[in-house]
Amino acid sequence: MSVMSTRLDPRAETYQQNRAATLRLLEQVEAHLRQALGGGGPRYVERHRERGRLLVRERIDLLVDRDSPFLELSPLAAVGTEYHTGAAIVTGIGVVNGVECLISGNDPTVRGGSTNPYTLHKSLRAQEVARRNRLPLINLTESGGADLPTQAQIFVPGGATFKNLTQLSAAGIPTITLVFGSSTAGGAYVPGMSDYSVMVKNQARVFLGGPPLVKMAIGEDADEEELGGAEMHSRISGVSDHFARDERDAIRIGRAIVGHLNWRKLGPSPSMPADEPRYDPAELLGVPSADPRQPFDVREIIARVVDGSRFEEFKPLYGQQLVTGWASIHGYPVGVIGNNGILFSEESEKAAQFIQLCNLHDTSIVFLQNITGYMVGTKAEQGGIVKDGAKMINAVSNSTVPHFTVMVGVSYGAGNYGMAGRAYDPRFVFTWPNHRIAVMGGKQLAGVMSIIQRVAAQARGETIDEEKEAAARRALEEQIESEAGALYATARLWDDGIIDPRDTRTVLGIAISAAHNNIVQGARHYGVFRM
Amino acid sequence: MDEQGTPRPIRRLLIANRGEIARRITRTAREMGIATIAVYAEPDREAPFVAEADVAVPLAGSASSETYLDIGRMVEAARLAGADAVHPGYGFLAENAAFAQACVDAGLVFVGPPPAAIRAMGSKVEAKRLMRGAGVPVLPHVEASGLTETQLVHAAGQEGFPLLVKASAGGGGKGMHIVRDARELVEAVRSGEREALSAFGDGAVFLERYLERARHIEVQVFADHHGNVCHLFERECSVQRRHQKVIEESPSPVVDPDLRERMAAAAVAAARAIGYTNAGTVEFLYWNGEFFFLEMNTRLQVEHPVTEAVTGLDLVRLQLLVARGERLPFYEGEVTQEGHAIEARLYAEDPAAGFLPSTGTLLRYGHAAVPGVRVDDGVVAGYEVSAYFDPMLAKLIVHAPTREEAAARLAAALSGMRIHGVRTNRDLLVRVLRHPEFLAGEVDTELIERHPELLEPLVDAQTRRVYAVAAALAGERERRATARVLRTIPSGWRNVRSQLHQTALEAEGERIRVAYAFDRAGTELRLDGESHELRIVAANPERMAFELDGLRHTLDVHHAGDVYYVNGPAGQVDFRELPRFAETDELEAAGSCTAPVPGLVVAVRVQEGERVSKGQKLAVLEAMKMELPVEAPHDGVVVRVAVSAGEQVAAGQVLVMLDGQPAGDGQADS
Repeated sequence: MSVMSTRLDPRAETYQQNRAATLRLLEQVEAHLRQALGGGGPRYVERHRERGRLLVRERIDLLVDRDSPFLELSPLAAVGTEYHTGAAIVTGIGVVNGVECLISGNDPTVRGGSTNPYTLHKSLRAQEVARRNRLPLINLTESGGADLPTQAQIFVPGGATFKNLTQLSAAGIPTITLVFGSSTAGGAYVPGMSDYSVMVKNQARVFLGGPPLVKMAIGEDADEEELGGAEMHSRISGVSDHFARDERDAIRIGRAIVGHLNWRKLGPSPSMPADEPRYDPAELLGVPSADPRQPFDVREIIARVVDGSRFEEFKPLYGQQLVTGWASIHGYPVGVIGNNGILFSEESEKAAQFIQLCNLHDTSIVFLQNITGYMVGTKAEQGGIVKDGAKMINAVSNSTVPHFTVMVGVSYGAGNYGMAGRAYDPRFVFTWPNHRIAVMGGKQLAGVMSIIQRVAAQARGETIDEEKEAAARRALEEQIESEAGALYATARLWDDGIIDPRDTRTVLGIAISAAHNNIVQGARHYGVFRM
Repeated sequence: MDEQGTPRPIRRLLIANRGEIARRITRTAREMGIATIAVYAEPDREAPFVAEADVAVPLAGSASSETYLDIGRMVEAARLAGADAVHPGYGFLAENAAFAQACVDAGLVFVGPPPAAIRAMGSKVEAKRLMRGAGVPVLPHVEASGLTETQLVHAAGQEGFPLLVKASAGGGGKGMHIVRDARELVEAVRSGEREALSAFGDGAVFLERYLERARHIEVQVFADHHGNVCHLFERECSVQRRHQKVIEESPSPVVDPDLRERMAAAAVAAARAIGYTNAGTVEFLYWNGEFFFLEMNTRLQVEHPVTEAVTGLDLVRLQLLVARGERLPFYEGEVTQEGHAIEARLYAEDPAAGFLPSTGTLLRYGHAAVPGVRVDDGVVAGYEVSAYFDPMLAKLIVHAPTREEAAARLAAALSGMRIHGVRTNRDLLVRVLRHPEFLAGEVDTELIERHPELLEPLVDAQTRRVYAVAAALAGERERRATARVLRTIPSGWRNVRSQLHQTALEAEGERIRVAYAFDRAGTELRLDGESHELRIVAANPERMAFELDGLRHTLDVHHAGDVYYVNGPAGQVDFRELPRFAETDELEAAGSCTAPVPGLVVAVRVQEGERVSKGQKLAVLEAMKMELPVEAPHDGVVVRVAVSAGEQVAAGQVLVMLDGQPAGDGQADS
């Protein structure tokens, strides 16, 4: 495999402009992350500490192996919405006793750790990540239950939480719940449905109905500890398997449980040299264009992500707006598909072939999305762009090797689908802060709407108020643009988190290694390829 | 005896000893073409002295009394292996007249003085009487054994305090106790008797006036069977801890030619008075310009290498020559004293914990490359330091043109040693060698007691923090290098960082919290919460090179169990890493009093149901010939006595269980 060359000039003005733009965006992301880290705010954090309790990230840092990495997923869920940034829950992939686990912990400083619609979405996504990648799931539970004012959005879909737990168990994926505080009503089923449950002395409260509800329902004066304390559940009900003296003890027990799982990853181990890229990943800041309309060469990204900057390009002379080839990331062989522009028929066919080859070799695929869409126009249509785009979408939909999608630029139109967008179930989607996503660009969309409205008005014989039309057009464009940003996307879990471009290699390394807990096996069957 | 003047060949030499002295004798014997036979007790089966001998005879058993002190088995071993001579080394049977006699009776050449000479000096009390007769100055004394408490107190009153309780049969500080007032007397005498009985098989003790700040100076003598009695100058052995010599030197900085001549003459007279042959040492107390006969050691001394260094002689070789009936190759006055030699005795013991013997596996053991250093040791890496025998690991001997150079070089050699797995007195030795009083030659037997700062660790608190950084980062390197998954991902990587990675280390009773994180901006480091500039130059689990606050450090680290051993130019620090999680049995441990070291229970002082107060003696253990009291950690009632006197216990074994929780328990927060 040959070492890539680079054309990036860090002294060039465009590089410097791009870099400055990316850094500005990263500063915004940092500010939001600080907010997420602050949980429910200093007052609630202080109160939590005064009760002798650890913060959720402190619990996680103790749970994971020392000096091992932890990849937090969707840390900015709910950013910009009426809910707390981070959605009152921390989820991520961490190594516990040498085993990659999906860790999901409530942040009890945010409204008592109660579940709002975003919390639910993020927690269901975590369960999904555990299921798809076959990662043992560890819940660190301390939650006030459903955020009652939003119960309508939670109650019905939220039921899947418990179904997922038992289905994980049935699939041989261990589920472990450490209860640090309240886990009541439906929440009681979290430890109840887990393979293992550990409860912290004098802190765990696990019951279907608390004392007030019990009083109302059956007139009994119940004591919280007797109703759902750790000791009761450990000695009498059997809902708890381990009685933890304190939080640290619970974490110690949780680690011990993972230690005895006899865990074997089903996917192959890294098999290639995992040396750092030849080119400095810090230069990734200057690669994506500050102006999304300006193209950039996706090879400059590949050269700063893959092992030793080694890349064996496939079909380099054919369908040149799409780059395909073989590389490895942290020793895991991967196929890489990156956009360098519009998808024409050639690019679509090249992608469909390359995806099939990756499946033939059981090789994971990394998609680097910077796509303005499939080509339109008479020539393209007559050339069968629908047929060829369909081949690509067919291949990506039925591919069974793990897909990892990184949004390094724009993602407009059906190109999002062909390049393994969220709806195509890649194992993970990560987003660079410069990312834009929509069915099409705001200007085009507003323009399209304007043309359609003009045609309709003409048909009705109406005249157009140009001033009004222009204002409406601007408003629509603004709305589309505001909904197309990376923050808007990450808030809604269209991805698994915004990442610093410089971390791309690390994040992909963790993600690919996590995916290798499951079988890595390519598809042998696809839908009918329209020829 | 009568035939010892006639030449007797020595072809196969049984070495009735162990450890470094057995190796030392083997070395010379081999040079002289003499085959060597080692004997060994069960715990020594893997010791280097056994492997290095031509052949070795196992003495089934572990305790000294059934092995190295058993005359019958020793003679039997000699017969079995076809020995024609026996070298007793020092300690054990070296000054046992019955053993020397048994060897003679069995037709073996005993490499040492005739039994009668041993007998004459064997009882310290008897020896003093003889010496007084020979015109050698002696200190008055009172025999204490067999006296009732009243008689003891009366006798002591006549001598006046402070007094020294000494074992009549022994040396090496065993059974020795200073008594400063009458209340301590009986306990000290009884304790001395027990220790003497255990160490020498004879419990007799006597009381002698204790001279404050006296110096211990001894003269090496050598006599052949042809009437030639020589001295090989003096050695000063004043630096002691608990009457145990730790640093010895020759010449003594306080001895001038005139004093040297007078002491040597007294020593030679003493040897002549008892018809002495072979190597012997006449020990004197030097006090205010006077010297008093203390005792004569009728054997090779532990500290003989300093004499070898300044005279250029091999004393073991001389011993073998004399034993073969040959003449000493020199006469009085032909031997010269060149330069200055100092020896330091390295013990497996913990000075910070009252010199408690330290046992365990010597995980690593290595010497610094310092020129002119002789190392006589009995151990190698992997050696198990047991509680059965004397805890001396090694002797380091430096010979240099001046005393100052010798002290500096010896200190450097010691501080550069890598000794992992047991605590040692190394730091104390180095501190003494660098102490202004020592360097000024102002040494006496109380130097260490007088300067408690000598017990402080060699690596100061400030440098210890630098070492802690090395330990923490080496641990981090090791964990990353052995990670089962994600090994190539940056260490401790976070996309959302909420805190630094924490390591808590403990050394010398001080806890150091090292917190760090690596990101693309560099390394963030906090020591006990305080930020420091750190740049890592090269890092691997065994060696760390970094710049800390602008200073470059290179330190070696070795991690074993929960201990990080860090070696660097300032010395060695053993850090214990505090566990992130309290172990479950910590709760069970509350209230139980365990044996701090493996040893023999000599007394249990409490009964079940008895109320005890904090600090009260619950039991007495004997380990490595030292008595160690086990005290109540808190007030309470004895709920269980788990052992009885005479029982051998392992380190950590529960001796006594108390009820009543110690204050502050139940807080598992670390």
